[in-house]
Amino acid sequence: MTLTTSIHSPETTGSRRERAEAAAYRIRHYALNMGEVQGQGYVGQALGAADMFAAVYADQLRHRPEDPEWEGRDRFLLSTGHYAIGHYAALAEAGIVPVEELDTYGSDDSRLPMSGMSTYTPGMEISGGSLGHGLTIAVGTALGLRYQGSEARVFNFLSDGELDEGSTWEAAMGASHHQLGNLTAMVDINALQADGKTDSVLRTEPVADKWAACGWFVQRVDGNDMGALLAAFDAAAAQAGPEGKPSVILCDTKVGRGVPLLENREKAHFMRIEEHEWQLCREQLTAGYEGETK
Amino acid sequence: MSTTAATPAKPRLKTSAMIASFADPGQKTAPAPFGHALVKAAQENEKIVGLTADLGKYTDMHIFAQAYPERFFQMGMAEQLLFGAAAGMAQTGLVPFASTYSVFAARRAYDFLCLDAAEPNLNVNIVGGLPGLTTGYGPSHQATEDMAIFRGMPNLTIVDPCDSVDIEQAVPQLAAGEGPTYLRLLRGNVPTVLDEYGYTFELGKAKVLRGGADVVFVSSGLMTMRALQAAKDLAAHNVDVAVVHTPTIKPFDAETVLAEVNTDRLVVTLENHTVIGGLFETVAAEVVKAGLGKRIVPVALPDEFLHAGALPTLHERYGLSVDRIIATVLRELEV
Repeated sequence: MTLTTSIHSPETTGSRRERAEAAAYRIRHYALNMGEVQGQGYVGQALGAADMFAAVYADQLRHRPEDPEWEGRDRFLLSTGHYAIGHYAALAEAGIVPVEELDTYGSDDSRLPMSGMSTYTPGMEISGGSLGHGLTIAVGTALGLRYQGSEARVFNFLSDGELDEGSTWEAAMGASHHQLGNLTAMVDINALQADGKTDSVLRTEPVADKWAACGWFVQRVDGNDMGALLAAFDAAAAQAGPEGKPSVILCDTKVGRGVPLLENREKAHFMRIEEHEWQLCREQLTAGYEGETK
Repeated sequence: MSTTAATPAKPRLKTSAMIASFADPGQKTAPAPFGHALVKAAQENEKIVGLTADLGKYTDMHIFAQAYPERFFQMGMAEQLLFGAAAGMAQTGLVPFASTYSVFAARRAYDFLCLDAAEPNLNVNIVGGLPGLTTGYGPSHQATEDMAIFRGMPNLTIVDPCDSVDIEQAVPQLAAGEGPTYLRLLRGNVPTVLDEYGYTFELGKAKVLRGGADVVFVSSGLMTMRALQAAKDLAAHNVDVAVVHTPTIKPFDAETVLAEVNTDRLVVTLENHTVIGGLFETVAAEVVKAGLGKRIVPVALPDEFLHAGALPTLHERYGLSVDRIIATVLRELEV
């Protein structure tokens, strides 16, 4: 199997939104292919968060694909290690990881382990997996960059389940106290965590009020609406600076987004997909994307 | 109000305190050696920054904060943030020293130190106050098992300094090394002891401070100070004691220690830490690995939650005082 077959590759000369939507389509396609290699995985989350990854990597992040450790780069810190499948797809889309290498996802000796780790993968800034760490590290990264006069920004991807962790709120207060205007958090609110629906496991709403109370610039958008996402990132960027309010973009997303078969399946943290269904998923994804872009 | 009737004076009670000195009366001390050493190191290395979790004044970090306010970061009473942020700063190329009490670093923030600092092998320097039994405040603040907790963490260097000399010389070496470190901080007016022994601190090295024909003390931390005093006092009992100081607990200088242990002398390990998982078990493991059939007597804290009380009372009660060390040695030699 080659991962590049049947992928719709539109011209990259369209609008920002069209380019980011095309990136999101490819990220979803890569994620399905990686899921098929494993026979399982966090495909549902990757599909749900693909637009967030695409907005960052295709539109927002200043980076150099050929030099992932370029000092002046913006930092993207993936706190939710299990979203690595989506992140690897985004790294491939961004040219940091070869597309062919995605075939090795989760395999022995691969640079692409199931849970994202900085010591394994170029472009992976931190080792996630133990939830509630990412934003604490992001606070230090933002402080460190600002102290050294860097204008780079720090993006931290976290999930609504991670809002259960007290350390996330230690970091939320710390970022506000230190006026980290160079920090943007993006929360994937898919309303699902390991033991079930978020509101039944540990109620986190009203999420926006909590961040606002911690002193953040808060926006809440449909995380599967690229236009809304880019507008939110623009608003966050407009008020970004070395000192100021940190910014959070709360993104309501749909697990399995882009593949009706999975969107309508009973939601599970670890989604099971039968062997014969992968091709069907890809066909639905492409049909939906071509339908939208016609 | 008249107090004509003579009432017998109540004996003054020994009291516990959060911050207690373990220096002997009249002993030579140095003020805040860690804080001053960090300032000095920072003069030469602009990458050094300091962080604390609402315990700057109690970990001597305030000395650094006063000298370099723009390089000091107050993280609030939030130890997970403290060490996560320290890791983030290290990722940007800085060399953070992050201080709190040892109990909060080891027990509360372990996951953050393990995954954010140790797994990526970042130069994050943990500075832990009140290690072992250095406060009478009780188990909430007595880090009696900090080394046991930390020894299992890959990549982490662990330093248990004896005195101000150790601390002053260790700080620049901790800053210069790669990877995370844990310093068992002695703060406030810290005894100055090792200057009399022609000693220099070398990260990863044990040092023989004095020779002796009958007994070998293998000690770390403030127990080396006690070991040296006990060795002097035991001479009056015609017992000749050697002292080997092992300030680096991990990686452990087995070569130097085994050379001293592998003789006919009585071997005693001395540590300000529970008998579980600290210096005694480190030495014992090396002895077994080397195939030496050697008995070792531990002077260490018991595997218990310790009492609250005055520090001298507790050191006497749990066997860390010089008198108790002498009694332990004399008892062992009579066997």
